Amino acid sequence: MSYLEYTVKSVPVGLRKIFFLNWPLALLLASVCGIGFLMLYSVAGGSFTPWAEPQMKRFALGFVLMIAVAFVPIWLWRNLSGLAYGGSVVLLIAVELVGDSRKGSQRWIDLGFMDLQPSELMKITLVMFLAAYYDWLPAKKVSRPFWVFLPVVIIFLPTALVLKQPDLGTSILLLAAGGGLMFLAGVHWAYFTAVLAAGIGLITAVFQSRGTTWQLINDYQYRRIDTFLDPSAEPLGAGYHITQSKIALGSGGWTGRGFMQGTQSRLNFLPEKHTDFIFTTLAEEFGFIGGMSLLGLYALIILFCVATAVLNKDRFSSLLTLGIALNFFLFFAVNMSMVMGMAPVVGVPLPLVSYGGSAMLVLLLAFGLVQSAHIHRPR
Amino acid sequence: MRRNRAENDASHTRLTRRAALLGGAQLLFMGGLAARMRYLQVDQADQFRLLAEENRINIRLIPPARGEIFDRNGIRLAQNVPSYRIVMVREDAGDVDMVMDRLAAIITLDPEARERVVAEIKRSAPFLPVTIVDDVSWDDVSRVSVNAPALPGITPEVGLTRVYPRGPDFAHVVGRVGRVSQADLDALEDPDQVLRIPRFQIGKINVEAREEGLLRGTAGTKQVEVNATGRVMRELARREGESGKDLQLTVDAKLQSYVQARLTGESAAVVMIDCQNGDLVSLASAPSYDPNLFIGGISSKDYNPLLNSIYRPLVNKTVQGTYPPGSTFKMMTAMAALEAGLIGPDETVYCPGHLDVAGRRFHCWKRAGHGWVDLETSLKQSCDVYYYDLALKVGIENISAMANSFGLGIKHELALSSVAAGLTPTKAWKKANRGADWVIGDTVNSSIGQGFMLASPLQLAVMTARIASGREIIPRLIKSVDGVETDNAEIPLLSMNDNNLRKMRRAMYEVVNDRRGTAYRSRIIAEDMRMAGKTGTSQVRNITTAERARGVTSNNDLPWERRDHALFVSFAPYDNPRFAVSVLVEHGGGGSTAAAPIARDVLLQALAGGDPPLEAYPAGDRDRIQEQQEKLRALQPQAALDGKDQA
Repeated sequence: MSYLEYTVKSVPVGLRKIFFLNWPLALLLASVCGIGFLMLYSVAGGSFTPWAEPQMKRFALGFVLMIAVAFVPIWLWRNLSGLAYGGSVVLLIAVELVGDSRKGSQRWIDLGFMDLQPSELMKITLVMFLAAYYDWLPAKKVSRPFWVFLPVVIIFLPTALVLKQPDLGTSILLLAAGGGLMFLAGVHWAYFTAVLAAGIGLITAVFQSRGTTWQLINDYQYRRIDTFLDPSAEPLGAGYHITQSKIALGSGGWTGRGFMQGTQSRLNFLPEKHTDFIFTTLAEEFGFIGGMSLLGLYALIILFCVATAVLNKDRFSSLLTLGIALNFFLFFAVNMSMVMGMAPVVGVPLPLVSYGGSAMLVLLLAFGLVQSAHIHRPR
Repeated sequence: MRRNRAENDASHTRLTRRAALLGGAQLLFMGGLAARMRYLQVDQADQFRLLAEENRINIRLIPPARGEIFDRNGIRLAQNVPSYRIVMVREDAGDVDMVMDRLAAIITLDPEARERVVAEIKRSAPFLPVTIVDDVSWDDVSRVSVNAPALPGITPEVGLTRVYPRGPDFAHVVGRVGRVSQADLDALEDPDQVLRIPRFQIGKINVEAREEGLLRGTAGTKQVEVNATGRVMRELARREGESGKDLQLTVDAKLQSYVQARLTGESAAVVMIDCQNGDLVSLASAPSYDPNLFIGGISSKDYNPLLNSIYRPLVNKTVQGTYPPGSTFKMMTAMAALEAGLIGPDETVYCPGHLDVAGRRFHCWKRAGHGWVDLETSLKQSCDVYYYDLALKVGIENISAMANSFGLGIKHELALSSVAAGLTPTKAWKKANRGADWVIGDTVNSSIGQGFMLASPLQLAVMTARIASGREIIPRLIKSVDGVETDNAEIPLLSMNDNNLRKMRRAMYEVVNDRRGTAYRSRIIAEDMRMAGKTGTSQVRNITTAERARGVTSNNDLPWERRDHALFVSFAPYDNPRFAVSVLVEHGGGGSTAAAPIARDVLLQALAGGDPPLEAYPAGDRDRIQEQQEKLRALQPQAALDGKDQA
């Protein structure tokens, strides 16, 4: 439903907007970040450097930015969606050309004061643009082939660019978030069923063909898929991390070993103990109760987002909020599955907890959009 | 964009339905995550805890061996020796007090230290090893090993520690290491993980500190599997680190030990530099201190005397101390005038014993005056009035610029802590730093190296080497790194008239070898080792009128700390300069009596490569010198004399 049908009068203006912020959501986000600071302090061996302190500074900056974004009317953000999407795609192309190559992949642009990872930005702008698209598209056209094909292109363009970096984790996240938004917008079931069926069919075909005369891919590619699916096949490579991560988690027990008392996660066996594997430290030091608390906070954030989205009569706002929540969910779901040995190791951090500036800033900006949608909802 | 309200409501309903579906799916997945977490952390906890305890893999840093430091002939100046310590892991010990009791029964354990250790153990993480005793003997180590079954959690560990075999002789060159302090870590932007290893040593001063980057090396890692008692079961993987690079200094250890011995009882500094390539062959500051005392942390009983001594043993007088160069500066004033073409071939100045400038009387050191003096005589007899006169003609700016091109007032880059820049004053400098205008009296004072002028013994040695060689000698301390010679390019010539430099060298020759020269008593007889030099006396303070009235006219009547500093700069052999040396004796009185004899002994020692033949000395001095040589041999480390510690 469009804004023009409602009186804008009842929407709060000026600094009064601060009272209409979704404060419970903001506090939930802050508590998750707080858990992150504690863990970063702990993995550094009880020191604010090198991780906890910069992370706190970025959080302060991010929180202020979130409120700033929230103050800007949501219709303005909708009108900017196309520009944001286009800009992100340009940045993704730029990173190919001038990006800083770290750990063997091109992902970063050095902005001087911080490093920007355009693929992080892309996750949000893609959702924004799709939400704007479906807000504009009349409901009856949603499931027509041409109008389904268009968003598919919108999703595949950045996904391909990210895949080329190469960053498999983020491209899967982009694909999933884009698909999810199409689903929310009401694209007909048949499309999703068809894609799922085709996917399953293709995978079965590839596996069935192994060792036969009509083998579809090379042997070495099969071996790669094997280790990807079952890391324990390679105990000193990727499997090593998963095994160690499970030991660390498991040894936490109900209540954990106590703050700063973890042995497993602090013995440096994980190269990314302050980023991708930070959940192991939490689970080891605070046990099942600690892990569940974080999961509970995440669940509450998702619930709050879904609730505000459903109650919001503006179609763009609803779709955007749900899309951002989905993104957030995908983040921690993939990360937690990975450290618990349920999914292959792909480089996805734990949102708002793992050390990293780009991810945290972008997430807080995204929640700024959610807040803006909430403040400026039609009344 | 008006839309059908019914259609809108329909699409919103559909969105709500799908949102609920997707949200539900998300919650379901989170439920799955929670179940998995419960499975790992509750159902399987015992198994994993067992895995964690029994078979835990950890990665340990292997501290790199620090690079060693050698003298120019390969004599070890800083080396690593194994040191044993006994550590405890709380987790493995169980009852800490009981284990400590048992340990105390086997080895000597200071009750006070024990209390401190127990407190530290309780404070730190249970799995971290805490050192109970450091530097234990091999006997204690074997006793602990034999009783290992009764001492859970206790293990002897071996590490490397730094030892300086030459003790005090190289404290002011090699410097020392010490434990990594919080201040060390704070000073670094991104401290290397290896610095966090307990007991790791970091360079604190001088070469050890300045070349930390070369000496430290990089840590290796090993993955080890340890069992429930913390014992290493097996090593899984090992990545070797890189040990630090060995450094070779330009200093000659044998000569250095001799010089330190020669300076016994004085508060003095000697810098000897190779006139051909700038190698610092000796850099001695006396009194010195034993750097080995500092390695494990120095006790206040040892430290306070060092800190409070009026002879300041902790100060490196060779590079850190700056003094008015006194008459040794006269070569600079003379060169400035010569280069400006202000001294004619036979020009003379009349010295009546003083010069009146701007209503103030400046005295020559010789009250009676020198009469008519020319350039050579003025330097030989160190006539002050001659230089007052020159300075008035040539001006302070020229003099300071000349001093700079001879390396004064310039900070020489050396791998030593706190190298001083000294000071060659200019009008602008005085305006900026003293807030006052330059007055002509300042120029007069500067001409004889007094007033604001300040130089370190290192700078005076460089100045002398430049006069002697005519080249822009730059002091060098690091000879090679891991056997690779450091940059040793052709040294450019000074952009000065060679004739003028030759005149300077001739005049300095006269100072030592002419009967009326101020350093005649310290001449060298041997034809191929003739020395040229210049005496200097730098006033600590003027003798006051009141004191003069009381009959105080010479230094010997004053208390030690108010006497003048004695200075001497020289080079030898005169015809083909090999070494330049500067000697400073704090509060030693006159340069000719206190400093010149030291310079002569040191130069002869260097030229002869050991004790020189007595024939090099004037006949009258030989008995005394022989006695001195015997005394000094007793003071030097035995190894230094027979060169046994050569690597």
